Amino acid sequence: MFNVDKIRQDFPILQRQVNGKPLIYLDNAATSQTPQQVIDVIVDYYSHYNSNIHRGVHTLSQEATDKYEAARNTIQKHFNAKHAYEIILTAGTTHGINLIASGFSSLLKKDDEILVSALEHHSNIVPWQMLCEKTGATLKVIPMNMDGELVMSVYDKLLSKNTKLVFVNHISNALGTINPIEEIISKAHEVGAAVLVDGAQACPHLKPDMQALDVDFYVASAHKMCGPTGVGMLYGKEAWLKKLPPYQGGGEMIAEVSFEKTTYADLPHKFEAGTPNICGGIAFGAAVDYMNAIGFEAIAKYEHELLDYATAELLKIEGLKIFGTAKEKTSVISFNLEGIHPYDVGTLLDKMGIAVRTGHHCAQPIMNFFNIPGTVRASFAFYNTKAEVDTLVSGVKKAKMMLS
Amino acid sequence: MQIEDIQNDIIDEFSMFDDWEERYQYMIDLGKTLPLIDAQYKTDDNLIKGCQSKVWVHADLVDKHIVFTADSDAIITKGIIAILIRAFSNQKPQAILDANTDFIDEIGLKDHLSPTRANGLVSMIKQLKMYAIAYQTQLN
Repeated sequence: MFNVDKIRQDFPILQRQVNGKPLIYLDNAATSQTPQQVIDVIVDYYSHYNSNIHRGVHTLSQEATDKYEAARNTIQKHFNAKHAYEIILTAGTTHGINLIASGFSSLLKKDDEILVSALEHHSNIVPWQMLCEKTGATLKVIPMNMDGELVMSVYDKLLSKNTKLVFVNHISNALGTINPIEEIISKAHEVGAAVLVDGAQACPHLKPDMQALDVDFYVASAHKMCGPTGVGMLYGKEAWLKKLPPYQGGGEMIAEVSFEKTTYADLPHKFEAGTPNICGGIAFGAAVDYMNAIGFEAIAKYEHELLDYATAELLKIEGLKIFGTAKEKTSVISFNLEGIHPYDVGTLLDKMGIAVRTGHHCAQPIMNFFNIPGTVRASFAFYNTKAEVDTLVSGVKKAKMMLS
Repeated sequence: MQIEDIQNDIIDEFSMFDDWEERYQYMIDLGKTLPLIDAQYKTDDNLIKGCQSKVWVHADLVDKHIVFTADSDAIITKGIIAILIRAFSNQKPQAILDANTDFIDEIGLKDHLSPTRANGLVSMIKQLKMYAIAYQTQLN
């Protein structure tokens, strides 16, 4: 039974005050908060078995290795990857994307094409631009409509035998749109292109099944799903991961080294050069366990109620406009008050203890599309409440009054 | 009036407010009194980097005194720049260079001073001082 009051007790940070008011944390799309169960795992690691993994014969090193690999198995099961070695533990989503972009630089040639969606985080566009500069390949954009949905008829036209890779986020960070990745993947496969999905915004809300999606690569960050920062995962189909060259050289990723030749280690170590974020990886596993214990169906259902309620209440405010009105969207509301800069609204909300994001959300192309400097973005997690939505709505009304 | 005296006046005005709402309401009102930059100077060159909102600042030298004008697309930012301009406009370049900005702390805007804050108050102060350096060099 989903009990939000009980869940909130798991998150010590939700007890704190900001500017003399109880914290209302609505910046979950930027990073989620961490439950005590995950904090305990971090403390336990540094208190009891902190040591380097995969190479020690001593007890601590073996304990740490076991827990780290157990976390990998937890993540494998969660994402339903066929093999644990298809899960590469990374420093986060951006790291995973760069790893793939770097790997493809040896596979692409002139006239090859990469498709990216218009809904991307702009930092996610840069690795592909760099890849195109290096290889002579061309970057093409799948456009979006006024609701913030991808225009699939144009996608169909953009796909060709030249398409080698399609990059799309599962859910847009700026607008909350859930993209039809099943269709995107199957159509890309028809022309022989690989698909990389950025799942950073999706994984806090749903449980993607790698084998059912038949996706080639999928990346996510632990810190968006109740885990720590600085760790994430890259799923890659075995055949693809074997085909791609290593990303970084260093320890862990080698089998044998001489000055003449190095043989690379097997998966997943081939892509995990150097000492990884051991504690982070173990805590990532704990975060996945925590969210599964609550259950993703219950989380999705509850967040949807919050989204519908917040959307209806916010729209009652005159002059408030919501950007991103896709039929399929997650609990993110990007909005502006007519004639008022989002920064002003965010600053006043902060004074009331309400944490929202303001600005372009690293998605300048999307803001340019709507011809706005940015938005105020409230993003909800399963530990937010309707009472918090009410406080947000009255806070926005107060800000509007002060700024008009 | 000397910069320090103006700063003390501003501190006195802000000390009358009991809570953040009154302080911010006053800043918003001050934003509406900002000496606006002439449209021709509202260029990318005069845009201050490091602000989430857009801020343009221009400076003229009039009788060896610097006169600042500015604008922003966010009203609270306009208020902040209006306070700075009130303290530093119509002053000699050297006086601007010598002035400190401790009064920002005292009017409760300390949290805006951190260089990582998105509003770019630090960048604005730096820009005003850069104009002062430029005009001081010209006067020398």
